[in-house]
Amino acid sequence: MATLKNSIQKFFYYPSAVFGSFVIFLLVLLAAYAMLKIPYHEAIRLWRGGEEVWYQNPKFAAPAWINYFSSEKYAESFAVNTGDGSLPSEFTPGAEGTGTLLANYAFDFKYDTYPQDMLLYFTSAYAEKQPFISLEWLTPDGRSVRIANMAIGKEFTYRFAQDEKLKARLKTDDNIAALFSDPETGSLIRGQYRLLITGATFEPDSRIGAEFVFHGQVYGLAGTDQARRDLMIPLLWGAPVALTFGLIASLGSSVLTMIIAALGTWYSGWIDELIQRITEVNLVLPFLSILIMIGTFYSRSLWVILGATIALSIFTGAIKGFRSIFLQVKESMYIEAARAYGANGTRIVFFYLIPRMIPLLIPGLVSSVPAFVFLEASLAVLGLGDPVLPTWGKIIQDANMNGALYRGYYYWILEPTVLLMITGLGFAMLGFALDRIFNPKLRDA
Amino acid sequence: MAVITQPTTESPVAKKSTRYDSLLRILRYSIARLLTLFVTVIIGIYLTIIIANMGGYVDEIMRGEIRDRVTQAIINSPAGQAMELEVRQQLIKDKIASEEKRMGLDVPIAVRNARYLANALTLNLGRAINMTSDSGSKQVRLILLERLPATLLLMGISQLFLFFSSILLALNLSRQYGNFWDKLVVTLSPTSAAPPWFYGIFLILIFAAILKVLPFGGMVDSPPPSNPVDYSLSLLKHLILPTLSLVLSSFFLSIYNYRTFFLIYSSEDYVDMAKAKGLPTRDVERKYILRPTLPNIITNFALLIITLWTGATITETVFLWPGLGRALFQAIGLYDIPIIVGSTIIYAYLLAMTVFLLDFTYSLVDPRVKVGS
Repeated sequence: MATLKNSIQKFFYYPSAVFGSFVIFLLVLLAAYAMLKIPYHEAIRLWRGGEEVWYQNPKFAAPAWINYFSSEKYAESFAVNTGDGSLPSEFTPGAEGTGTLLANYAFDFKYDTYPQDMLLYFTSAYAEKQPFISLEWLTPDGRSVRIANMAIGKEFTYRFAQDEKLKARLKTDDNIAALFSDPETGSLIRGQYRLLITGATFEPDSRIGAEFVFHGQVYGLAGTDQARRDLMIPLLWGAPVALTFGLIASLGSSVLTMIIAALGTWYSGWIDELIQRITEVNLVLPFLSILIMIGTFYSRSLWVILGATIALSIFTGAIKGFRSIFLQVKESMYIEAARAYGANGTRIVFFYLIPRMIPLLIPGLVSSVPAFVFLEASLAVLGLGDPVLPTWGKIIQDANMNGALYRGYYYWILEPTVLLMITGLGFAMLGFALDRIFNPKLRDA
Repeated sequence: MAVITQPTTESPVAKKSTRYDSLLRILRYSIARLLTLFVTVIIGIYLTIIIANMGGYVDEIMRGEIRDRVTQAIINSPAGQAMELEVRQQLIKDKIASEEKRMGLDVPIAVRNARYLANALTLNLGRAINMTSDSGSKQVRLILLERLPATLLLMGISQLFLFFSSILLALNLSRQYGNFWDKLVVTLSPTSAAPPWFYGIFLILIFAAILKVLPFGGMVDSPPPSNPVDYSLSLLKHLILPTLSLVLSSFFLSIYNYRTFFLIYSSEDYVDMAKAKGLPTRDVERKYILRPTLPNIITNFALLIITLWTGATITETVFLWPGLGRALFQAIGLYDIPIIVGSTIIYAYLLAMTVFLLDFTYSLVDPRVKVGS
């Protein structure tokens, strides 16, 4: 007990130990927050969701906070709809069952870049006669641009960028740029823009709903990827996945290694011989290739890969290290005493040999966590990540596949890599410090 | 394994018979050791073959692919469309059968595994199933040989640099332990938790994407320069980032490990004794610190030589470096078992040979070690 207290006191002498534990504590908080904020099934649904889930987001959008650091201000994204009143609208019934919808949305545009796109999603209820919509665009310099008139079905999407008639009317190839520019000089105009939607219905129960989606150049706290997904989800959920994989793999492999080494040394004979031979065979097996093969041919599930990783990590050089120490411990007096009072083999292995080894086990266990966390990311980068789970490695792979570095989407690569680096450093620093605390031989060195 | 023994006093009379005995002992030991290592290699390779087949699961995938490919090819060809239905069915069947025979799918999996094993052990690497070398050959030997120079170049430069620079720097640090540089290395050693490809991404980001001074990946410019001088320069330019990422990812930990190792040995009493005698520092380092650590350094060097052969799969993939590691990754994606087995067997043989030779090397450099006792 005194040694433990002593060790804990020493712990605070090492800034790296304190820093490492602080980082790990923050990661655990992040993981807990992710799992509480976005429950597992919700996270999977969002991550695997397509256009129907993510239509409101722009593609390849950097996080919105880059505007604080950039001299050029990028347009931020938003979406408003009549359903919840964020897009103000008024419906007035007219004569003979007709009705008029007036929706009017004004917004400040104070950026230096054009938005990616603007879209209007209409839903309507009617029996036979389709409602009719007309759109008008009011610019800060007082111009009024007639955008389109059309009859809408039950569900109708109007895309500003792809309207050929509008292109002809504005005499441009790029509707979005033209709508936000001065027609004479072609330069961007900042100020308050207004979108007017006028709808006409021709039946008593006919109704119109509208949603205005503005795809800017930046989005949210984390930005978006090629499928418009909010990167916040894999960034948050990557934490529990990485921690689970790293901790279970390192705990599983090191504890099993130790137990097998203890059993081998205690019972010696053919068991010990067998363990040594298995270790030599395992040395010949190509570790990464086997994991790649399992991922390619059999299953990319995180649990299968985790199991294979642990199985392949048991019979490694570590078993020889444990064995040589157990051989010394086996001859100690307290083991002899235990034997003298009649303790059986399993009792000696699990209550006398193994507890003695725990101080040696812990530093190794903590230091090997980063290797497993990075292993999971490495497999994901090779395209062998879990097909369902959102992870940091998958973000890197998506970014790589879409040429993020080449096309300048640095946020996409930097966010997951920085998190991975912090995780790796946290565990590595704590592990190094623990190693020096528990193994005094190295402390002075 | 070689064992450390206490030196025994021998009478000069028995010297001749002792020499004969030790020769016999070494011979007996060598044969036993070679046999166990060979059995180890056989088991390791057989396991790899089974995993590469996934117990026959891969066969199903390959059969399905053959069926699809042959049927599509015949249905889409004008000649195939002109045929009568029955003739066409027969043709498709025959083609599938011959294609399966070509890939060896017509014999039971156990026989095929045994055949792979026998061929692998005799280094008869055979023909690849889907991959071809750039010169168009399907010989596994040629495919691997074609990729070997790229891997040797990248791994050779980075690993040898890492090995020698970390030993030299570690020796320096252990001499002046506790100073600024020493503390810096200790502080930075946790950075080695990240694998090389991870540093690769950062290096690409900085030097290729932002600064635009070095290429994103590949081995030479496209098209390759015809002039040998330009070619080497282009190669050099492409070599910088992958080499740097391989070196960076283990640099500080490697120095830290050697430094700790040297420090443990330099705290031995005989080193203090040598210093007290007034021997020059160089001599103390060479004779009293480096010599006892030689077995470990040799082991590390031998293992390093083996890693040169395996290449760095993910780093090569990230940098699009046409080396062995990337070839192996591609082979796995194409279910090309001969290539997977081929590269594994060479690794296994190299490893077994190294382990065997190391036993003898230990007894050469460390007089306390006696082979086979």
